[in-house]
Amino acid sequence: MMKFRFRRQGNDPHREKIKQDLFAFSKTVEHGFPNQPSALAYDPKLQLMAIGTKSGAIKIYGAPGVEMTGLHKDTAAVTQIHFLYGQGRMLSLLDDNTIHLWEIVQRENRSHLVELHSFNLPGRPGIESTSATRVTVMLLKLSCDLLALGTEGGGVHFLELPTLTLLNKSLFQDEIMQSVPEEYKCGKSLGPVESLQEHPQDSDKILIGYSRGLVVLWDLNSRHVVNLFLGKQQLESLVWERSGNSFVSSHSDGGYMVWAVSSSNPCTHDPISSTIPYGPFPCKAVNKILWRTTELGAPLVLFSGGMPRASYGDRHCLTILQDSSHVTLDFTSRVIDFFTIHCTDKEKEFDDPSALVVLLEEELVVIDLQMAGWPTVPAPYLAPLHSSAITCSCHISNVPPKLWERVISAGQQQCPLQNYENWPICGGKNLAPDPKQKELLLTGHEDGTVRFWDASGVSLKPLYKLSTASIFQTDCDHNDSLMQAGEEEWPPFRKVGCFDPYSDDPRLGIQKISVCKYSGKLVVAGTAGQVIVMVLSDEKSDHMIDVATVDLLQDREGFTWKGHDRLPPKSGSVVFAPGFQPVVLVQCMPPAAVTAVTLHAEWNLIAFGTSHGFGLFDYHRRNPVLARCTLHPNDSLAMEGPLSRVKSLKKSLRQSFRRIRKSRVSGKKRAVVYSPTSKVQEANAQLAEHDAEVTPVQRRIEPRSADDSLSGVVRCLCFADTFLRDGTHHGPTMWAGTNSGSVYAYALDVPSQEKFSEQSVEALLGKEIQLMHRAPVVSIAVLDGRGNPLPEPYEVSRDLAKAPDMQGSHSVLITSEEQFKVFMLPKVSAKTKFKLTAHEGCRVRKVALSNFTSVSSEEYSENALVCLTNLGDIHVFSVPALRPQVRYDCIRKEDISGIASCVFTKTGQGFYLISPSEYERFSLSARVITEPLCRVDVERPHDLSAHSPTLPPQANGTHKTQAESKAAETEELLYEMRSALSSPVLDSPNSSADITLDTTGELTVEDVKDFLMTVDEAENNFRNIAEEDGRPPGILIN
Amino acid sequence: IDPPFVSHCSFFYLNGFLRAASAHQTALQLQEQVKLFEAEYRRFALKKKGAGGFQEFYQLLQTIHRIPGVDVLLGYADIHGDLLPINNDDNFHKALSSANPLLRIIIQKRDVDDSVPFPTGSLQRRKKGLAGLHQPKQRSKPSLLIGLPQDFRQISSIIDVDILPDTHLRVRLHKHGTNKPLGFYIRDGVSVRITPQGVEKVPGIFISRLVKGGLAESTGLLGVNDEILEVNGIDVAGKSLDQVTDMMVANSHNLIVTVKPANQRNNTMHRASKTSAGNSSAGSGGSALSHDSAPSPASQNTSQYSNSVAEGDSDDDTDLIIENDNLSTYTPHRMTNGSGSHANALSSSAFAHRPLPQSVSLPSSSSLSSLTTPTHNGSPTKTSSSQESMREDGNFITL
Repeated sequence: MMKFRFRRQGNDPHREKIKQDLFAFSKTVEHGFPNQPSALAYDPKLQLMAIGTKSGAIKIYGAPGVEMTGLHKDTAAVTQIHFLYGQGRMLSLLDDNTIHLWEIVQRENRSHLVELHSFNLPGRPGIESTSATRVTVMLLKLSCDLLALGTEGGGVHFLELPTLTLLNKSLFQDEIMQSVPEEYKCGKSLGPVESLQEHPQDSDKILIGYSRGLVVLWDLNSRHVVNLFLGKQQLESLVWERSGNSFVSSHSDGGYMVWAVSSSNPCTHDPISSTIPYGPFPCKAVNKILWRTTELGAPLVLFSGGMPRASYGDRHCLTILQDSSHVTLDFTSRVIDFFTIHCTDKEKEFDDPSALVVLLEEELVVIDLQMAGWPTVPAPYLAPLHSSAITCSCHISNVPPKLWERVISAGQQQCPLQNYENWPICGGKNLAPDPKQKELLLTGHEDGTVRFWDASGVSLKPLYKLSTASIFQTDCDHNDSLMQAGEEEWPPFRKVGCFDPYSDDPRLGIQKISVCKYSGKLVVAGTAGQVIVMVLSDEKSDHMIDVATVDLLQDREGFTWKGHDRLPPKSGSVVFAPGFQPVVLVQCMPPAAVTAVTLHAEWNLIAFGTSHGFGLFDYHRRNPVLARCTLHPNDSLAMEGPLSRVKSLKKSLRQSFRRIRKSRVSGKKRAVVYSPTSKVQEANAQLAEHDAEVTPVQRRIEPRSADDSLSGVVRCLCFADTFLRDGTHHGPTMWAGTNSGSVYAYALDVPSQEKFSEQSVEALLGKEIQLMHRAPVVSIAVLDGRGNPLPEPYEVSRDLAKAPDMQGSHSVLITSEEQFKVFMLPKVSAKTKFKLTAHEGCRVRKVALSNFTSVSSEEYSENALVCLTNLGDIHVFSVPALRPQVRYDCIRKEDISGIASCVFTKTGQGFYLISPSEYERFSLSARVITEPLCRVDVERPHDLSAHSPTLPPQANGTHKTQAESKAAETEELLYEMRSALSSPVLDSPNSSADITLDTTGELTVEDVKDFLMTVDEAENNFRNIAEEDGRPPGILIN
Repeated sequence: IDPPFVSHCSFFYLNGFLRAASAHQTALQLQEQVKLFEAEYRRFALKKKGAGGFQEFYQLLQTIHRIPGVDVLLGYADIHGDLLPINNDDNFHKALSSANPLLRIIIQKRDVDDSVPFPTGSLQRRKKGLAGLHQPKQRSKPSLLIGLPQDFRQISSIIDVDILPDTHLRVRLHKHGTNKPLGFYIRDGVSVRITPQGVEKVPGIFISRLVKGGLAESTGLLGVNDEILEVNGIDVAGKSLDQVTDMMVANSHNLIVTVKPANQRNNTMHRASKTSAGNSSAGSGGSALSHDSAPSPASQNTSQYSNSVAEGDSDDDTDLIIENDNLSTYTPHRMTNGSGSHANALSSSAFAHRPLPQSVSLPSSSSLSSLTTPTHNGSPTKTSSSQESMREDGNFITL
């Protein structure tokens, strides 16, 4: 009996093999802009850019598609990154004062980023405070064999590279002080080292800048001071002029100085020139300055900060100065760092910068410095997804080429410069094959825009932006006039970047998106109950939008909406650019946020739901078909709306009263007086105990009751051509599921294509299902006779998908937060179910039907139900048998916004937000994986990577070993499976309807066996457990 | 001919009066019922305050039904639809307090031969009606009245004593399909386990408190600080507090918890004596404790893994499916050009008057089918179908 103990259901090796071929979990790539970037570096030789983040991640970007990620073991902010030019190595300085050496290694013909070793600067003997040895600046010599570290204490230490061994030739301030003239000393220390710069021509000399203003040109070999520059203003940064004859220093008073370096004068008191560009009023510090010479004219000066403190102290600016040209780039977020891409060839006389790359807190901006007017260059990656907060997302797989081209052309008319050919950062080679199919990711934003992204490959590229705000009257219309006034002012501001976190009106926020990829129709639904039907058009248009209002309360009495008003639509015609153009606007009343929306372009119908009910609208005839209220009579919260403070105030009042009452009663409890009043108090105390807030470590065990608040919220809607009336005639149906476990099924009468205009659609309530456990209905999907999900509208009529089986009996898969259940149609009798919550104690958050294709055979695929739970793990179930297949940990359970943002694709991939600005892409399929495949070829003198066998820790912390190790050991089984699948079988093995016996008959039999085994095993397991727990080992009586 | 039993039924309002129309209608229907089942129905009002004691009420009923001197048993239907006895002042007052405002009293002639008691099941599930309403002989005596076990509704049971170790207890809580709170809280904690390696501390889940008057407290089987080991046969080891909470809530309609009671003194003595009774009686001893013929947890597991839902699932987790019979068969592109909202209104009104479908299995008995349930709002009631009794206020009741 014991041998059964550890055997579990599904241990059949054949099935296990198939599962391995179908499912594999990996987090593949992060899309978007790294959250909280803190450091920037550029390698001009390899043309790679590195960004470090506050969470300790390092990301390397080159040509589009070339991406690498590394993660430090400790989550400390990366404060500086320096490339060892051309070596494919870099050094990172963390917040915790450790220095790490990273290397790009080639493994399996692709490049990875690997940490080699780290270094921590030991404290100087005799000095107690550790801040003295805190590294403030790093200088990597161009020869890449020496690293100089400037510290807070003012010392400069030297390390040998690449071994990171401390050399015994540290330079301390007392040594410098000996050469400083007496009148400059005045008893004060020089302060921390602020800047270290290598002499551009003579690599033995370095420029050391101290915070107090002193700049020293130091000779490393002879260890003596070559020149002294007695600056009197607090120093921020230094930069050499290319010739080495002069350098520029920037200061905390908002000014910069140009200093001449001459061998004749060892001690310079005054600079050649000193400028405060935004003076004369007090200015903020110039944090960093770059000085680039050009062949054609005056040098280019680029600096960040320096704005007049009083009037523009809060702006995030970067100034570009050349002769009379002066542009103040005005960003919406803080400037982290910037660099120029320029000629680094020592033979050339000039820098001739070609581009300026600015890393901001929320986006990356690249300016073309060669074109007149210094325009911005659109980036092919690092897209600021969160330019307005993401409120929803929607993925479209296998986009038809026609729609793809039209979306791209619409996007190009919006932003004509959208080709990435002149992207200046182009190191490495992208080895990933061209994506087989086009994928679109649509993100809905708080400001009412929908952005279309190319999600086919590793880099998420913006394609097209759609704004819905233009059809409403909002307060933001006067923006243009403000911009006009801005042209005249000093400094010459120029708004750059697209990060704009300020929403004009929160009601514009997009809640739900539904697309028909074949007809180019789009439905967008928002926070104020607006549902907008749009049609893709290649022509500019100027038209009126039809507005319809649908009352979802349906004369239910006793409800007063206390939330926001609906958005007033613009009267008159509106001009629309080519792209998606609104045709119909449906406004739900009360104007609560839309919670579900779906579109059937073949039937010209949209369905939408809010917290009050759902509606069905014929957008062809502009005619409401149906409105149904789903409110429970006891539901009062639904009426208060999301912006109302009534709810929270009421709640907090109630709680505080309870607290007072409880404390009063418990205080009196000791004196037992049996009077009527004390009895009342006792009862009150009991009542208070009943519904008082429990302490966080306690959980109350109460079943879901019928009158939970917000029970009427419509959670999902779906259209299907199926059998609802009887088993022989199928027809259009519409399904709606609510928060309280109710499902409504309507039979629709949709006129034929020719009669759309003359005849109206009718809806008739066919079935009403109340799930016993009353958990919110998360999804509804109809399966055909073979257990496959029904195809999308137009897919069959355009020969793009196999026709569904309309002969066999259909079934409906209803997913609630707690259970999955398949009901047969039209009787709606339960067929299979899986009680996830009763088993695992987790709740369903997101669910999707995906198709998984085997790695070993392209012909073999299975449909599966993919489910993300509140614990952040992903479960995969077979459909329609609902048997658990695999389970993976994906998201931290504390990451609620990550779980809420998750969206699955039809091919077993998924996306979720790991920060407001980044999507993590993951794959559940063993076959469909979108991950960076790139190669950076490097030549380095001493290769250290040979003795570093560890796998690269990735930013997301997952190791992708699964697939690789499995591949080899199961080669034998693979062969076996291929032979079993020699004839093409498209059906799932669970349906036996029309499968020939010799191909998958075996599979079916296994399934049945499996099922029978389970019964015994479960029983045995249980007994074993009981016995083991019950009796001391050895006395096993049954 | 003397009928096998006479069942009388009284309805009365507390401080309330029937509306004329509905009263008339009901009366008509009642007449028919009386003929069929030899039953008699009365409806009357009673002041809640001046209700008096049990004896007074007993006599009042005898007067109203004109059966003075006939020895009868009284029962009432409580808010959950359970048939409960009225045989003393206390449960009479309890009955009055449960009137809402209508209270259904069932009066039955005492039959000495028949000894089927008030069942543990609810009124809905009752198979045998009122036949065995039984009362102790000493009722008329002023001495202390002690209810028989069968006068009580089962709320919990101890199960699987024969397969569990002495230190563990498996408790099944019966909710009877109601929304009565289970009434307990759980918390995180540290459990000490003895392993071959020595004493080990592992995280565990414990009962943190019982709600006064709740189901859990009233069973007396669960106590504060009892460690929860399993929920419906699933080990909770390694599961978080929230997971266990969700598991319990999801199983709340039929919750089986295996606990390690904090107080182990109660069971060791008890069990020891039982095992000394001999191996031959071990099985019967076990069954004596487990009144419940509940499916063993092993078979629970079976149903969990097989995923299949048999027709008439033994699991009482059946969803309510309401069908619209008026759905015409699908006619493609009907030519009628009625407005959509009109058709919808029609369909939903048809909906409200339609009996429940057969797919909802409703145990009904002959005596029960004779009872009518007037709806509280006085709307016309159908008495022809016992299934109609499942509906109240036009809302749908789940089974």
